[in-house]
Amino acid sequence: MNTFLFGIYPYIAITVMVLGSIARYDRDPFTWKSSSSQLLRRKQLVIGSVLFHVGVLIIFVGHLVGLLTPIVIFDALGISHSAKQILAIVAGGIAGIMALTGGVMLFQRRWVDPRIRQTSSVADIAILAILLLQLVLGLGTIPVSIVHADGHEMVKFMTWAQMILTFQPGAAEYVAGAAVVFKLHIFLGLTIFLLFPFTRLVHIVSGIAAPFRYLLRPGYQIVRSRRQTALPESDKSKTTPAE
Amino acid sequence: MSHLLDRLNFLQSNELEQFSNGHGQVTRENRDWEDTYRNRWRHDKVVRSTHGVNCTGSCSWKIYVKSGIVTWETQQTDYPRTRADLPNHEPRGCARGASYSWYLYSANRVKNPLVRGRLMKVWRKMRETLKPIEAWTKLQADPILRASYVETRGKGGFVRATWDEATEITAAANAYTAKTYGPDRVFGFSPIPAMSMVSYAAGSRYLSLMGGVCMSFYDWYCDLPPASPMTWGEQTDVPESADWYNSGYLLLWGSNVPQTRTPDAHFYTEARYKGTKSAVICPDYSEAAKFGDVWLNAKQGTDAALAMAFGHVILREFHLNRQTEYFEEYTRKYSDFPMLVKLENNDGKLVPGRFLRADDLDGKLGEDNNPKWKTVAFDELSGAYVSPNGSVGYRWGEDGEWNLEEKAKTAETRLKMSLVLEEDHDDVVGVDFPYFGGEAFGQFKTDAVHPDVLTRNIPVKKIKTADGEIAVATVFDLFCANYGLDRGLGGGWVTSDYASDMPGTPAWAEKITGVPADKIAHVAREFADNAEKTNGKSMIIIGAAMNHWFHMDMNYRGVINMLVMCGCVGQSGGGWAHYVGQEKLRPQTGWQPLAFALDWNRPPRHMNSTSAWYAHTDQWRYETLKADEILSPTAPEGDWDVSLIDYNIRAERMGWLPSAPQLKTNPLEVAKAAKAAGKDIPAYVAETLKSGDLEMSCEDPDNPANWPRNLFVWRSNLLGSSGKGHEYFLKHLLGTDNGVMGKDLGEEGGQLPKEAVWHQDAPRGKLDLLVTIDFRMSTTCVYSDIVLPTASWYEKDDMNTSDMHPFIHPLQAAVDPAYESKSDWEIFKAIAKKFQEITPGYLGVETDIVALPILHDTPAEIAQDQVKDWKKGECDLIPGKTAPAFVAVERDYTAIYDRFTALGPMLDKLGNGGKGITWNTQDEIDNLSDLNGVQLDGPAAGRPKIETAIDACEVILMLAPETNGNVAVKAWEALEKATGREHAHLAEGEHGQKIRFRDIAAQPRKIISSPTWSGIESEKVSYNAGYTNVHELIPWRTLTGRQQLYQDHLWMRAFGEGFMSYRPPVDLKTITKDVQDEGDTLVLNFITPHQKWGIHSTYTDNLLMLTLNRGGPVVWISEVDAKSAGIVDNDWIEVYNSNGALTARAVVSQRIKEGSTFMYHAQEKIVNTPGSEKTGHRGGIHNSVTRTVLKPTHMIGGYAQQSYGFNYYGTVGANRDEFVVIRKMKNVDWLDKEESWKAPAQEAAE
Repeated sequence: MNTFLFGIYPYIAITVMVLGSIARYDRDPFTWKSSSSQLLRRKQLVIGSVLFHVGVLIIFVGHLVGLLTPIVIFDALGISHSAKQILAIVAGGIAGIMALTGGVMLFQRRWVDPRIRQTSSVADIAILAILLLQLVLGLGTIPVSIVHADGHEMVKFMTWAQMILTFQPGAAEYVAGAAVVFKLHIFLGLTIFLLFPFTRLVHIVSGIAAPFRYLLRPGYQIVRSRRQTALPESDKSKTTPAE
Repeated sequence: MSHLLDRLNFLQSNELEQFSNGHGQVTRENRDWEDTYRNRWRHDKVVRSTHGVNCTGSCSWKIYVKSGIVTWETQQTDYPRTRADLPNHEPRGCARGASYSWYLYSANRVKNPLVRGRLMKVWRKMRETLKPIEAWTKLQADPILRASYVETRGKGGFVRATWDEATEITAAANAYTAKTYGPDRVFGFSPIPAMSMVSYAAGSRYLSLMGGVCMSFYDWYCDLPPASPMTWGEQTDVPESADWYNSGYLLLWGSNVPQTRTPDAHFYTEARYKGTKSAVICPDYSEAAKFGDVWLNAKQGTDAALAMAFGHVILREFHLNRQTEYFEEYTRKYSDFPMLVKLENNDGKLVPGRFLRADDLDGKLGEDNNPKWKTVAFDELSGAYVSPNGSVGYRWGEDGEWNLEEKAKTAETRLKMSLVLEEDHDDVVGVDFPYFGGEAFGQFKTDAVHPDVLTRNIPVKKIKTADGEIAVATVFDLFCANYGLDRGLGGGWVTSDYASDMPGTPAWAEKITGVPADKIAHVAREFADNAEKTNGKSMIIIGAAMNHWFHMDMNYRGVINMLVMCGCVGQSGGGWAHYVGQEKLRPQTGWQPLAFALDWNRPPRHMNSTSAWYAHTDQWRYETLKADEILSPTAPEGDWDVSLIDYNIRAERMGWLPSAPQLKTNPLEVAKAAKAAGKDIPAYVAETLKSGDLEMSCEDPDNPANWPRNLFVWRSNLLGSSGKGHEYFLKHLLGTDNGVMGKDLGEEGGQLPKEAVWHQDAPRGKLDLLVTIDFRMSTTCVYSDIVLPTASWYEKDDMNTSDMHPFIHPLQAAVDPAYESKSDWEIFKAIAKKFQEITPGYLGVETDIVALPILHDTPAEIAQDQVKDWKKGECDLIPGKTAPAFVAVERDYTAIYDRFTALGPMLDKLGNGGKGITWNTQDEIDNLSDLNGVQLDGPAAGRPKIETAIDACEVILMLAPETNGNVAVKAWEALEKATGREHAHLAEGEHGQKIRFRDIAAQPRKIISSPTWSGIESEKVSYNAGYTNVHELIPWRTLTGRQQLYQDHLWMRAFGEGFMSYRPPVDLKTITKDVQDEGDTLVLNFITPHQKWGIHSTYTDNLLMLTLNRGGPVVWISEVDAKSAGIVDNDWIEVYNSNGALTARAVVSQRIKEGSTFMYHAQEKIVNTPGSEKTGHRGGIHNSVTRTVLKPTHMIGGYAQQSYGFNYYGTVGANRDEFVVIRKMKNVDWLDKEESWKAPAQEAAE
């Protein structure tokens, strides 16, 4: 069971996420959006949304860097495991509380406002509920982590994540002994990956990609050419505007 | 292929073309996504159509169809170009029109025939054993069964029916009513034929074939300005909007062009760019106000005072201090200024009396033909009295002198306008003029005090007549005195000082209107100055606002006087531009035979709706206005102290106004009795009326024998929009829940009518059956017994014209009628077919007797030069002369459908025509036989077919001079006979021109000039009313043949309206102590203008439009008034008086003038309307707080231009003099709790 949940399930979740996202992008590109309800009611959204998104982004970056950076790099930089653990607890705790506060506000708004409620799909409400649960679980790991302030548990998770990502067998064993709250947290996290393409979470991709693309754009005025391939220099003179 | 894969183009050369120093970039990314947007606007076809009643814009639209669904519409851009110096007609269209396609598939579309549940249940049960007519007879005979469905009107409970059932009930009810009470108890109401003329004609043709009553709308809507027929003998004829551009000075008076004439507003903008000056007069800061160089915010209801002051300045500066040559020449030739008026002795005082007629003079000036109808003027050339050509006496009984040449018969003349010079007059005498300003009440009161009779000095000539020596004065001299102008003749009540507080001056008007005197003088001066320099290119654009006051004629005549004084009428770029409602039915003479079945039998039954609804909804029982309150202090001796309904009864009796129903006894029975007695029908009716054996229905409107029994409403929202006195409709005509809070005269102990029979208990629920035909579930549908689903404007073939432009537009079926709907043409065909199916054995070939009032533009219009009532023994009853004509009409009730679908033989015999001229139309009938084919068998065998709506369109187009050049030439030739002048050049070169339905479907077509109208279509001038009168010397169709500014009928003089003057709003006393709750102190004048997010009756339930405002009914209040009642913007408020109550949200705005409140009309009560705390029922519509009040001067008949014409003359439904109490609602109850609505609705459905 442990092997399935933490050794196989991650691959299923990530595969569904990647293939599902590609499929959705291809089949139904106009559903690829954040489905903002700002038009229906601004009140409560701004503060809730900012708290939630800032919190979640910090947590996301924290998890990404914290779990996937090879341990040797931390060691080389001289960051001790316990320092890292404390940093994770403090930063993660603050960001978690921010996200949770914002998330509750958003959830309350979505649930109570009759117009937003009417325009919400089951997935819209469910994913928000799941995210909230995940935040609670994430914050629930803090008391456990404080007990293991030396960071050895954290190293196990880092190892697990990096082994999964590098297709090494036996990764699940590193998690086997972890506290239940961690296991639930990881499981739910993987489930969120699984649900990703079926919900509005897809806007994360565009939300992250778009600003970079914009900043890196080469020109201010874009002319989309009908030419699918570049013409040899000699042919360029022959092109007519009609093409 | 794949959106993602296509983005992964790393293997291609990444070399990008750049431009603009690297700021621009050419990309080679996949562009398939663009197809999404391309597909969004992709469609299968585009069909030309337009919008029907009540949108009066008549714009050509492209209707887009995709997969069999109408998806959207855009404006057409292919109008024929105008001439070089004129902007083009397009863009025409507005946001309202662009939102129409929403209706086709909206939730409030009527999808199937619906029948009131209780009626349906009883009907189905009875039909198990009985035939249709038997079933209806039995149902009506049982008062409990009848009440069971009548009382549930408006409370839901419709069930779905088949077309067969719905048409069967309708036809059975019609047949039963015709046989039991008379066919004139079947009424039909539909407005504005121009906006979908075949749909209108469908219902009116059916009614006219069976003997039913077609009810007028233009007068009922109060859009008819009676001042127009009074002055010009013409219903309403106006310049097209393009002609605004030709103007040098545009005065917008109560017209909100950008908001309510959106498609035409561009000409106003363009005229402003050209340099045309513009003044805007309206009490509120309207959208039009922003266009003006100057905005005069006159107090609502005081426009006549402003007009008087304008006139005062124009006369002083352009006619008296200096006589402008152009103005002098124009008014001498084209107005009644030179005509002589007898000064009559009234209780020892002189008052202006009748026009001097040839008949008054010794030897009658040699006139044998109609000397009583030939007015007289003084000729400078011969120094003698002459009877100038063109008066109505020349129109009938002789040919060749009915024209405006400056001649009397063949002798050249130059008529004298004024006798003011010493050598011209024999004497100067004091003449009394009434002054009504002192009657002002409430907020209209001023501190100025003037007597109610003003005596002014007038120069006169003395002449000997058969009755001894009398004094006569010219209209011009009296006219100037009426405006309070001092001409050096001494005497009081005249002045040459603008600053004096004398009735007529700018200073006087400032006190009443609030407009500064110097601004008044300035605008008047500029207006006239421009007219002088441009030969009349000053124009006044008016909306309905000024016409909805009880004394609308004073407002309008004040305006018309200005235009005539300045020679503007009939000049391109000048004149009177009243754009309301009537919306010119350009091919009118082609349409009339189709619409009123004149091809099968004549005359049709026409009724003026205002009088009909006033009587049949029992609004007369609550009358608060007494005749003596509006009578002139200078009125001659007479029996004036009777109720307004009594005046109407007299008018019907004397043949002035039409009647519906007509006789208390079923006319089919009267005809049988006449036959049995072996008597001629008119003689028999006259005899029995005199003996009292026969009674006219009008004398006892509450008698069950005289109730309207069946009512068709189509193309209309009578109960959600135009029904003034809405709550009285509900109470008495429909017999259901209502909000009437006032008491009737019986309960009040008021003065009861003398002529109308008073029943102690007023009837409730007069109608047996209300059938409404609509495409949407309107307020009227909700109150109906049967609702039939009709095709929308994009689902039927029809035609549409407007007075705003010269084009004729088609409506076309872009898709078939959705759900189970059918076009109006097909619906009435189906009813006719059912009627023909079920009547044999019950009704056969019957003789009907139609009572016909004395009609304008017929030889009968010169019937009564004196007012004499046969019932009082003042004269004999001579049908068609002192009473209505009684005409026998053969009806074949077994061939209604066969006749409906074929063009009958009467046109072959009698020809076609209109407005007093006729022509032979055999060629056109032969052409129609070839074009439409002929019926092969049945009662109409051999006659041209009119099976489809397009066949019907072809009939109209073929017969009308406006769309068939051959007919136009014939029509002009017919007119030439009367005028003795050549006119056919106006249709020159149009001989072979024939406009067909497919032509107008291909591109808008301009119509051909026709004598039906007073303007012409030409390359040189835009369409402008009165153009042919001025330029072709065709007389106006009035008593004097000229623009008549003095009205000499006895009733006009009695009610003080011989000349125009300022008359304040009347006090309708609807805020009584009984009704007004303590603490409710805000009382405002209730104004109901056209709205921004809807037009007329058709648009206020459109979600797209509702979204743009507050999503439901609103009432506008000024900031100050709102504050005084503790109302803030968007509060729910209740508006009430003794007529009823309505609920709405408050729009608190600086735009509104204190003392008044605006409620845009026709806001449906089916949308977002909570219950009223006052009535306990759902809040009403804008007309819940109004009640119709009749004006006796509109009833005048048998007197040249003051003769009846359908939608042309008659009583009008004024509603602006109403006051309401406004308060904030304490408790907003939507009446949606179980106890409040479930029970009645469920019961109703059972």
